[in-house]
Formats: sequence, C-alpha cells, structure tokens
Amino acid sequence: MGPQRLPVAQDPVAPRDSGPLTITVDGAQVTGQVGQTVAGLLLGAGHVSWRTSRTGRPRGVFCGIGVCFDCLVTVNDIPDVRACQRRATEGDVVSTEPPTRETPA
Amino acid sequence: MAAAAAALRHGARVTLLEAGYNLGGQYWRHLAHERRGAQEHRLHHGWSTFQRLRDEISGHPDCDVVFGASVWAIDRHDDAPPVVHVMVGAPDGTDREPRSYTPGRLILATGGQERTLPFPGWDLPGVFTAGAAQALAKGERVAVGRRVLVAGAGPFLLPVVSSLIRTGATVVGVAEASGRSRLTRGWLTRPWELASASSKAGELGGYLKDLVRHRVPYWTGQTVVAAHGTDRVHSVTLAALHPDWTRVEGSERVVEVDAVCVSHGFVPRTELAIAAGCQLDEQGFVTTDAGQQTSVPNVYSAGELTGIGGADLALAEGEVAGTTAAGGVPRPLLVGQRKALRNFATRLEAAHGIRPGWQTWPDPGTMLCRCEDVTVGELRDIAAKTRSRGLRSLKLTTRAGLGVCQGRTCGRNVEDLLGPNLLQAGRTSRRPIATPVRLGELAATLTPEREDPLP
Ligand SMILES: Cc1cc2nc3c(=O)[nH]c(=O)nc-3n(C[C@H](O)[C@H](O)[C@H](O)COP(=O)(O)OP(=O)(O)OC[C@H]3O[C@@H](n4cnc5c(N)ncnc54)[C@H](O)[C@@H]3O)c2cc1C
Ligand code: FES
Repeated sequence: MGPQRLPVAQDPVAPRDSGPLTITVDGAQVTGQVGQTVAGLLLGAGHVSWRTSRTGRPRGVFCGIGVCFDCLVTVNDIPDVRACQRRATEGDVVSTEPPTRETPA
Repeated sequence: MAAAAAALRHGARVTLLEAGYNLGGQYWRHLAHERRGAQEHRLHHGWSTFQRLRDEISGHPDCDVVFGASVWAIDRHDDAPPVVHVMVGAPDGTDREPRSYTPGRLILATGGQERTLPFPGWDLPGVFTAGAAQALAKGERVAVGRRVLVAGAGPFLLPVVSSLIRTGATVVGVAEASGRSRLTRGWLTRPWELASASSKAGELGGYLKDLVRHRVPYWTGQTVVAAHGTDRVHSVTLAALHPDWTRVEGSERVVEVDAVCVSHGFVPRTELAIAAGCQLDEQGFVTTDAGQQTSVPNVYSAGELTGIGGADLALAEGEVAGTTAAGGVPRPLLVGQRKALRNFATRLEAAHGIRPGWQTWPDPGTMLCRCEDVTVGELRDIAAKTRSRGLRSLKLTTRAGLGVCQGRTCGRNVEDLLGPNLLQAGRTSRRPIATPVRLGELAATLTPEREDPLP
C-alpha cells in the first residue's frame, strides 16, 4: 500500500524510458527515473513522509506545487530545499535532517 | 503562455519568466523532456492547444523563455515601470543568478493554489491536496496511493479522479461537499450560458464517463471530516453535510484508504501583484479593466489571479492581456468567450463555494498551522484570552502563519476562524518576499548584474 510510480511498461501515457537515476537518502539508495523531482523519487519508492514538524509530527508532500513547505529536505548540504520543486540529479545526497541547527533559517 | 503568444503576434518582444522547468502551468503540467510520453495527451484536455502555444513561443526570435526563474520581489515606482527581481537556477539552490528586469509592460499570471480546510488528521502523511495528486500523476507518473478517496468541492475533483485511474490507483469514491439541490441550482439554471462555455462542458463529460466506466461512486453533500492513522493515513471518516456544510451528526462512516486527496477551493497567489501595488477586490482577487490592465498603469494580470475560473478563462484573459499590453485590440469573439467563461466561473462559485459550516469539522486538537504546529484550540484560546482582534498581534502570540510557508496554507482559515470582527482581514496574503531567497543570495543582489528590458 502507499504511493507508487507506474512502471513504464504499464503506462498508458507511454513515457520514454529516460534511464534510472539514483540518489542517497539518509545513506540509503533510492532509484527512480531521470527527470523526476526528489519528492517524485521518494514517493515513487513508497515513502510517504521524511521530515518531522516542530513537535515531531511526520511530514511529506502536501501541496505538491511549492506552496506549503512540508516537503523540505537537505540536498548536498543545502538545507530547506522543497523536494517537490527540485529535480534530482544523479548522486544527489539527500538528508531529511538539516546539516546543523546552529544558524537559524 | 497565451499572453506571451498574443503579445508576440502583436509585435512585442517578450520575456517569459517561469519558476518551474516546463511551460504549461498547473493545467498542462507534464513529464520532463527526457521522459516525454508518446500518449501524454491522454492525461490532458486541449493538449494540441498547449503544443501550438508552446511551439509559437519557444521558436520565436523575439521571445526569451527563462525556466527556473523565481520572481521574488517587485519594486514599485510611481512614475516609472516596476523593477522585477528574479533568481535563476535550480529551485531553492544557493548559486542562483540574480537578475532584474525593467519591462515596459508587465503581465502577472502567477495562478492560484488550493485552499484546504482543516479537519482532524488532515496533516497526516497520505493526505494530499488534490492538486498534489494531479501534479504527481501528470508530472511524475506517481500515484499518491493505491486506494484513494477524493473529497472537497468543485468540478476539479473529476480530472483528479481521471488522472489517478490512469496512474494505476483505485479511486474508492468522490465526496462532493455541496448537496444535490445546490448543485442543481448552480448548474441547471440558465442552461444557455453553459452552451457558450461548451468546451468546458465537453471536458467535464469526459471525466464523468471515467467515473461511470470505473464505477467510482460520486457522493454529494458529503465530505471527509477526519483522517485516521498514527504516522500515515489508513482510513477516513465521511459525514453528510447540511447545506451550510455543518456536519450531520450520526451520519458518519469509515472508509479504508491509503491516501486521500482534498480540494475545497482555490485562492490566488497574489504576492507579486500586491508588491506591484495592484488593487484587490474584497475576495482578494486582482481587479482589472476590459483590457486586463490592473489599477497600476502598464501592469496587466490574467488567470486565477483575477478570479478562479479554470484554464479556458485563463487562456482567454491571457490572450486579451497580451494583446492590449502589446498595443493591440482584442478580437470581439475573444472578448465574448471571456464573458461566457466568467459566467461559468460564477456558476461554479454558486454551486461549490466554501460554506462557513466547515468550522464545525476541526476539534480543538486539530492542526491549523502545519508549519508551527498551532492547533485550532490554541488559536481560539489565545484569541479569547487576549481579546485580541488584530491579525498581526494574534499571529505573533500564536505563531499561526509565522512558519516557513508564511501563512500560505493556513492564512484564510485563520482569518475565517477569528471571525468577521477581525481587524486587517486579508492581511495574511501580504508577504514581502514572494518566493524563498537565501540571505547570501540577497546580499548578491545588492549589485544587480544586469538589467534587461521586457517587451
Ligand atoms: C496543483 C494544481 C493542479 C491543477 N490541476 C488542474 C487540472 O488538472 N484540471 C483543471 O481543470 N484545473 C486544474 N487546476 C486549476 C488550473 O490550474 C487553473 O485553472 C489554470 O492553470 C490557471 O492558469 P493560470 O495561468 O492562471 O495559472 P497557472 O497554470 O497556475 O500558472 C502560473 C504559473 O506561474 C508560475 N509562477 C507562480 N509564481 C511565480 C513566481 N513567483 N515566479 C515565477 N513563476 C511563478 C507557476 O510556476 C506557474 O507555471 C489546478 C490547479 C493547481 C493549483
Ligand atoms: S509539498 Fe508543498 S512545498 Fe513541496
């Protein structure tokens, strides 16, 4: 159960096979297709949440269009990147925790 | 797109700034170029119109399309054109290129976003806006769940169902909050008006066919009043609603799902219009004249910013805006179309607009501001204790609307809950910075590197 990416072979839209793309998320490898956003990759691999709010509630994608900021991740040490807006590139190192908490955003 | 194409046809030079990676906006959101689908039109209506506009714009020698271009501020000048500040590069990156433009004419078409009403559990993972489901289906080929319920109000629920089905999900039902009598009144009075918005009626017919073919139940006068789960949603409670959207006690039933998509309505994204000094009406939409010019000379606006009316109306308004901004006169046929589509939009609001009874759905522990974790109960308590009616001071005390999204998600709900006595209503849409910029990037903009003219 949960979100999933439709396999190319079953897709009525017949997308091109753009080739696999792999990123690491908190050290684990997550693979999707070239051209996907970080959030698309995470959801496509079955993750529904990857962050916690101020009081520890789980958060993933809510608005999907860059408005709600629920989906924030750290990409290659840059904190507060909206996963639904950022396309993944091969080898991106994604962390669900900010690098350090010292500098207030 | 429609505005750019029309302006080009009338001889203007055009710069089109788009924050995303593709043309098409929310309606024609599609796969990345590397993944483009041979049958992508199957997820869309009017796909050939999109292709025509795209080809017209992208191939044009007088048009510069800039992707990854987030407009973050507009400086207003009383007797000179506004200055548009942009960051160009990967979204939320640190090494984006700051640019400033001083266009002779500026057309704002930043669209809208969904307004989601809070109910217990609405912040659980697995609860998505219907727009998110749509964006993920069209742009990623990802279904937000396998057993999905779609709930809210308005015809927008229907294309979401169609996309979910074509992305491999099972849709267990659609709950439309408006009841039958209100829907009938909204849709069936003055049927001749519908005929003149016939492209829209045909589109809706296509979605209805999908509902029938896939046996998706369409429940009217019902909505999701709670989502259940600990770290993700596993079921929802549906309840019947009175005409004012208060829930009918005792009508509840639980449905098992692994995702729910909610869409109660749309609100305009007005940050840039406000920064440019454009006048808004009481509902918060940008006001325009017959040529789509706003209250600020040489600043035009089109689409959801001027009223929620759907993609066809956005196209018509865009074409008028592009034409007049380039010094042309819009075709009478186009002006007629715009009028018919505006009537259609008025109907939608009558049939589906948000009703105040939603305020009975949340309980005191229901999250209101998802960024700062402020509950509905906390807001009500503090408002009562401090007897405060000023939105600013309430924001500062409760922190509702002070989080990273700056009240984009909860702002209207906070205003409604605080009631009609609220001072400074409408203030939650005022944000000095329209899209996030980092301090380092801001520092870099102190010495603008280039100044490009728009048209
Ligand atoms: C998530 C979502 C999904 C939708 N899906 C459908 C659907 O499937 N069917 C349907 O009938 N209607 C749908 N709608 C409604 C439909 O999108 C609108 O009716 C239509 O797109 C309005 O067109 P527009 O040009 O006003 O705005 P949009 O299509 O929203 O276009 C606005 C554009 O401006 C860009 N932008 C915004 N702010 C900035 C900025 N600061 N800097 C640079 N660029 C910026 C955005 O990236 C976007 O491309 C959806 C709406 C949303 C929010
Ligand atoms: S999901 Fe809302 S900003 Fe990414």
